[in-house]
Amino acid sequence: MKWFRKPSSAPLWQDEFPVFTADERYVNRRQFTKFLTLTSFAMLAGNLWILARSLFHRSPSYPRQPIAAADEVAVGGVKVFAYPTAEDPCLLVRTGSDSYVAYSQKCTHLSCAVYYAKEENRLECPCHQGFFSIADGSVLQGPPQRALPRVALEMKGGQLLAVRMEGEGA
Amino acid sequence: MNTNPPQNRGLTAIDGAMALIVLLLIVQIWLLSATLESYLAGHREAAVPGAIISGILFAACLGLYLFVDRIDSEVRKG
Repeated sequence: MKWFRKPSSAPLWQDEFPVFTADERYVNRRQFTKFLTLTSFAMLAGNLWILARSLFHRSPSYPRQPIAAADEVAVGGVKVFAYPTAEDPCLLVRTGSDSYVAYSQKCTHLSCAVYYAKEENRLECPCHQGFFSIADGSVLQGPPQRALPRVALEMKGGQLLAVRMEGEGA
Repeated sequence: MNTNPPQNRGLTAIDGAMALIVLLLIVQIWLLSATLESYLAGHREAAVPGAIISGILFAACLGLYLFVDRIDSEVRKG
């Protein structure tokens, strides 16, 4: 079976602008099929871009950054800080007298700022009602598909330090 | 005996190929979104199979386009 058309001796414009009305249906369908095939190529390009990013991915190095004094935040209280850069807002929550958790404040759905809902003891995104567990940042409800990236914490000399991000893909 | 008017010859095959391309494209769009979601969640192992399957789907779409192009060329030139 031949897949390629024979080279035509007719001028190119006759292929794209048919003389007969009946031929127009063929041209329309062929052009639409070409558009769909180009869209398919765009999807492939997207997948290849993800592949390239995966192959050349380098693990980022995170700074050790003091974010709060141990008694600065009350039990059930929160503090907003930026980590690892000034453009990455994060949320520190004191869940018990000796327990702290911190997560990225950007919702994994559309990057709205999440907040701590003390009554429900969970993180909530007000934009589309996405709820996250305070224990591990996993999705409890709503459109987000991924857990909130978690900030690993260390206590040193009465200071809470952010040491790295966990569960962050890109 | 073929009762199909000459000006409609090949249109069914072209429509069938188009429907198949649309179907493949829907699968490819889903594949891209799933691979991206997986990559953003830190699961980079999904990128290779995603790219391979997307390449196969694109090759199928290209083959169908060449098929449509050939039918169009043959039918219109009689």
